[in-house]
Amino acid sequence: MEKFTKLVSRAIPLPIENVDTDQIIPARFLKATSKAGFGENLFRDWRFHKDGSSKEDFILNNSNYSGKILVAGENFGCGSSREHAAWALEDYGFKVIISSYFADIFRGNALNNGILPIKIEKEKLTLLLQHLDQNPNAEIEVDLEHQTLSLAEIDLKETFEIDPYKKMCLINGYDDIDFLLSKKEAIAQFEMQ
Amino acid sequence: MKKTLFDKVWDAHVVDTVPNGPQILYIDKHLIHEVTSPQAFAELEQRGIPLARPDRTVATADHNVPTINQHLTIKDALSRKQVAMLTENCERHGVTLYGLGHPYQGIVHVMAPELGITQPGMTMVCGDSHTSTHGAFGTIAFGIGTSQVAQVFASQCLLLNKPKKMRITVNGNLGPNVLPKDVILYIIAQLGTNSGTGHFVEYAGEVFENMSMEGRMTVCNMSIEMGARGGMIAPDQTTFDYVKGREFAPQGEDWNKKLAYWKTLPTDPGAEFDTEYEFDAADIAPMITYGTNPGMGIKITEHIPELDDTSFNKSLSYMGLKKGQSLLDHPINYVFIGSCTNSRIEDFRMVASHIKGKKKAPNVTALIVPGSQQVAKQIKEEGLEEIFENAGFEIRQSGCSACLGMNEDKIPAGEYCVSTSNRNFEGRQGPGARTFLTSPLVAAATAVEGKVVDVSQIEMV
Ligand code: SF4
Repeated sequence: MEKFTKLVSRAIPLPIENVDTDQIIPARFLKATSKAGFGENLFRDWRFHKDGSSKEDFILNNSNYSGKILVAGENFGCGSSREHAAWALEDYGFKVIISSYFADIFRGNALNNGILPIKIEKEKLTLLLQHLDQNPNAEIEVDLEHQTLSLAEIDLKETFEIDPYKKMCLINGYDDIDFLLSKKEAIAQFEMQ
Repeated sequence: MKKTLFDKVWDAHVVDTVPNGPQILYIDKHLIHEVTSPQAFAELEQRGIPLARPDRTVATADHNVPTINQHLTIKDALSRKQVAMLTENCERHGVTLYGLGHPYQGIVHVMAPELGITQPGMTMVCGDSHTSTHGAFGTIAFGIGTSQVAQVFASQCLLLNKPKKMRITVNGNLGPNVLPKDVILYIIAQLGTNSGTGHFVEYAGEVFENMSMEGRMTVCNMSIEMGARGGMIAPDQTTFDYVKGREFAPQGEDWNKKLAYWKTLPTDPGAEFDTEYEFDAADIAPMITYGTNPGMGIKITEHIPELDDTSFNKSLSYMGLKKGQSLLDHPINYVFIGSCTNSRIEDFRMVASHIKGKKKAPNVTALIVPGSQQVAKQIKEEGLEEIFENAGFEIRQSGCSACLGMNEDKIPAGEYCVSTSNRNFEGRQGPGARTFLTSPLVAAATAVEGKVVDVSQIEMV
């Protein structure tokens, strides 16, 4: 996993609620047996027509917007547990997702792939979405060590929560397998009970 | 301290606690399937780690398998490769596989309970969000991502923060033709799709006490649809009777020992929950969803609400429906009866008892997809097959099928499908497909009429 400490980037607003993982990556693209290349089909049916041509009104196809941060409506990542959704977002280039609510499984999957999900209050999210809509060049600063998210032009400075263990993993690029393997003895003892 | 059912099972599986951090939870059973496991096996191999407990791992092929001619080579090259890879991985790592053609093959959440793999008081995981189904047995069961599949492979454990506890109590008697599916669709419509986030739910009260194991599985199955990690129901005599005698159920002295333990699991009187809800069974009626998330549901006799926000409007426009509209008499060309929510024998008995002697409407394509080979066998043995065939329903072989439209079983763009599955997301059943989620009874009645009908008026035989 890549290390994560700080990020300054433009952001893409997606003011839709309950974005489920079937939208992020539809089931028919889950046939691959490796983790690579899912970004191509990220938001497939919102991004492309059936014939493969781009849907011009979808935000990812609007060249005014770009960046490594996705700002999305409430309850992002609900539905299927498919980690392919996190792989697709990561492969497309997103490092941070901001929403007022994340579905549990998705949040875990994101963290396990070096993507930082940041939860902020709904009013702040609305403000952020509106500002980004009008100001596609606005840059958001995310500081994981201090757990802050800021957008200077609208005086937004939020602190966000993250599990200290997960924070340590992201900063150092560790993952849970390394940790669990270090606990082998305790696990073996538990199995003896 | 007074403990809940969830506390008791969770606490019994904690190996260690990281100071200020998550807990290490031991996993009793790990179910795997072809779609979310290949990258996890690859991870093990890259790191050169062996699979910790192949004996606690069980595999089946369900998500991406054809439901016709399962004895032939799979036509789609990518699907074929994915299923073949599962077989190879299982062989290499010594994992029991109920693959295509095996008499135990089936949707992972139908297969494990019917074989007695699922037992009260266990911790179970699977790379599939509807793992919550197994909670019907008083089991902590939840869906995980592929990185976590790899963690369980490597250590038989997961690193987790203990979720909060919610109890949903429903007392009273359900009205005629109100099925377990209606109960859970009603709860989700009342509470919304993210009400359960961060929680494990316990379903309590007379309605669940009086429910069959199949019904309890339907309810627990959809816990994830309100955002909860899982749902549970306290094990009782109904549970014990269901488990006893199944292939992998404990036997003899072992059974007596386990049974004594299982009886200690129900929530202590006075134990506390972080969140509680209560409903009256009399308020629940046959349900149908009209939108693109499972929380967008109404009683079948109600009208679509008149809300105004972007997501709501987007959803109705995808569905081709209007605010204030009733769904009764809405023409339907596709009916899907299957999925891990409603593809057990009891569901098909219900469907058969309604359509016996009737015919499907000429405009309707009606698919019956049994949850497992064992269910398919029972359908035959009980003479239901004949009833379905005479009514013009198509009987397929077991798998996830049109629940997620990963194989050929897709609903065409723009078409409406009354479906007994669990998700009505945009494109879930095929690009552009529009899904109405209902109970198996509403689905059967719709297939006969060719339009949505109010089943509370139907006399059951
Ligand atoms: S039937 Fe549907 S919901 Fe159930 S496991 Fe299969 S794809 Fe998932």
